[in-house]
Amino acid sequence: MTRPILWLIAALAPVTLYAKPAPAPSVQRGQAVFGKWCAPCHGAGRGDDGAPMLPGTAALAARYKGAVPAALQSRRDLPAEALQVFVRGGIGAMPMFRRAEVSDADIAAIAAYLRFTSAGARR
Amino acid sequence: MAVLPPGVSAADFAAALSQMATALGADWVFSSDDDLGPYRDSFSPVWDTARERRAGAAVAPADVAQVQSVVRIAARYGIPLFPISTGKNFGYGGPSPNVNGSIVVDLKRMDRVIEVNDQRHFALVEPGVSYFDLYRAVQERGAKVWIDCPDPGWGSPVGNALERGVGYTMGHFRDHFGAHCGIEAVLPNGEVVRTGMGALPGSQSWQEYKYGFGPDPAGLFAQGNFGIVTKMGFRLMPAPEHYRSGLITVPRRRDFVALVDHVNYLSDSFMVGEAVYGSPLASLMGRPDFLALATKPGGASDTDLDAAASAAGLPSWQVELQFYGPEAATAAQWAYARDRICSAIPGAKAVAGEHFSLPPTPDQLANTTQPYHSLIRRNGAMGVPSLGIWKIVRDNGHVGFFPVLPRSGEACFDMQRVMCDALREFPLPPFFSAVTAPLYWHTFAFQMVFAPSVKRDDPAHNAMVDRAMRKAVEVAAKHGWGDYRAAPIYQDAVADTYSFGDHALRRMLESMKDAIDPQGIIAPGRGGIWPRRYRESRDGRTSA
Ligand SMILES: Cc1cc2nc3c(=O)[nH]c(=O)nc-3n(C[C@H](O)[C@H](O)[C@H](O)COP(=O)(O)OP(=O)(O)OC[C@H]3O[C@@H](n4cnc5c(N)ncnc54)[C@H](O)[C@@H]3O)c2cc1C
Repeated sequence: MTRPILWLIAALAPVTLYAKPAPAPSVQRGQAVFGKWCAPCHGAGRGDDGAPMLPGTAALAARYKGAVPAALQSRRDLPAEALQVFVRGGIGAMPMFRRAEVSDADIAAIAAYLRFTSAGARR
Repeated sequence: MAVLPPGVSAADFAAALSQMATALGADWVFSSDDDLGPYRDSFSPVWDTARERRAGAAVAPADVAQVQSVVRIAARYGIPLFPISTGKNFGYGGPSPNVNGSIVVDLKRMDRVIEVNDQRHFALVEPGVSYFDLYRAVQERGAKVWIDCPDPGWGSPVGNALERGVGYTMGHFRDHFGAHCGIEAVLPNGEVVRTGMGALPGSQSWQEYKYGFGPDPAGLFAQGNFGIVTKMGFRLMPAPEHYRSGLITVPRRRDFVALVDHVNYLSDSFMVGEAVYGSPLASLMGRPDFLALATKPGGASDTDLDAAASAAGLPSWQVELQFYGPEAATAAQWAYARDRICSAIPGAKAVAGEHFSLPPTPDQLANTTQPYHSLIRRNGAMGVPSLGIWKIVRDNGHVGFFPVLPRSGEACFDMQRVMCDALREFPLPPFFSAVTAPLYWHTFAFQMVFAPSVKRDDPAHNAMVDRAMRKAVEVAAKHGWGDYRAAPIYQDAVADTYSFGDHALRRMLESMKDAIDPQGIIAPGRGGIWPRRYRESRDGRTSA
């Protein structure tokens, strides 16, 4: 039981820095959904073949020029309503996602997860 | 409810949806504008115009029996269905259907990895399994096999293979439909068929012998509309022990002809994985004088191009070779390839690239330590799915035309010249020029790429792109080069070019379509194959 939680905290370490209470179930679900559907483009890690960032993170860095963090896990301004707009409507090169892929409840869970990961992040 | 299929009343459409809701559960029937937005093609060059193809509804069955129910209900009302697996067919129509008002059968929920076998090297999957999912399943099971994936990992082995998509390891795995072994599909009458050994009850070799006995209809399901595929087997490469890469350059333009012949030999002898060609002269395209030379009407002379290369101190062409296998075998193969080419082509140079035992470390996967500038995308070469490729997507995406040409240097020069001249009138980047290298994706053929970007807020640009696409298809066909795959809005134009014997192939397929799908409910128009009831409307023209 403790292993997944330890792993979760370890995975969040780069953005949270300080120990936190065990995340709520919605956060854990959000982490799984984010990991599957968002992180391949919007994760905080490096991109392929020498690219410094993943494509979605690079696109947000270019769009906001530092006004908000480029990595979604550090963003504090993405409640479920905002995520709905981007996930269902797409933006720029990002296509829309179908309810058969990412449900409305999944989007709410992503929002909970981002609230959790961004809590310790600097603006 | 926005769009109805041709000839279907609103009452019948609603009745069908309500029966589908009974069969699948109301949560899995989507018909509001809000639900259907994500079934539009976000890369569409005809977004919001009368030519955009839009779904009338979508349903997401959970299993084969539910797919059968959907098919039977659709047949009752003559409603066209459009099956998708993961629906990420961007550049070729996304999840959008051929016929307006179709009900998209979204198979995303059918996402079981049924088997991964690392003794006999295959997998059996459902359509909703993405490359990410299959890769994860292989890792979790500790199976000693590699998958071969297209650049974007969110697509599916089933959807990608049914589009005859491609990947980046060894030749016979890169051709994803070619590497399939065994299909299960729901036919237009609701029956379930299995191809190959799957037709023999009790057979244990469905994923090992794809033919079974008698004619093999598997090809009818790829870029076709003869059924909804519900399971598909794939051959997998045994996880190799070692990876090795190397670069070979040749000085003169004409050296490319011999270089290609040698690499064909290496590839057809199963010694190398994807050979990645390039021209170092592409780095000069930012210089107006070189750009003018490389795109000169009628083509620049070899002498002028060679002079430009030697003035810049650059070789004319390069190829990166990749080897998979036991370390000693990869070393011997690289030595053989290097010596073979360097002894045959004066001035050819070879540079040994990275080599390492597999699986790669995260740093090796990140591909930052090649001793030369590499054009290889390492994730693809390692069969590790990713979305890193999305960095090349500009604006609101692009449309793709990838003409197939013979694997010869001469054919490459011809295509460069002909297509460069043909597309000169369009204000687009020079996709074809004297430095355009062939893509070596399919096992035994070359392709080149024309993929202009689409701008949703610039309809004039998109209309220009659309004209350029149509001209590219037409001009290429006049020279014997055909597109391998196309978005619904271009499928008729492409199918038209495969016209040998006064369209004998299309007439044969349409006769079969009429027999197997008399009401024309499965993806009418896909691959340019129209059932009788829609044939009149083929791309706005009357039937052939
Ligand atoms: C930047 C970029 C890079 C790309 N790189 C590659 C690449 O390297 N290789 C490559 O091959 N493609 C590539 N593509 C194209 C495309 O994204 C992929 O081919 C993708 O895998 C196709 O989407 P999918 O797998 O979700 O298939 P789907 O969209 O699910 O299916 C494709 C089509 O097949 C038919 N179909 C799907 N499922 C069924 C079924 N169960 N029964 C009957 N018919 C069905 C439908 O007509 C459907 O429209 C690229 C695209 C972009 C934008």
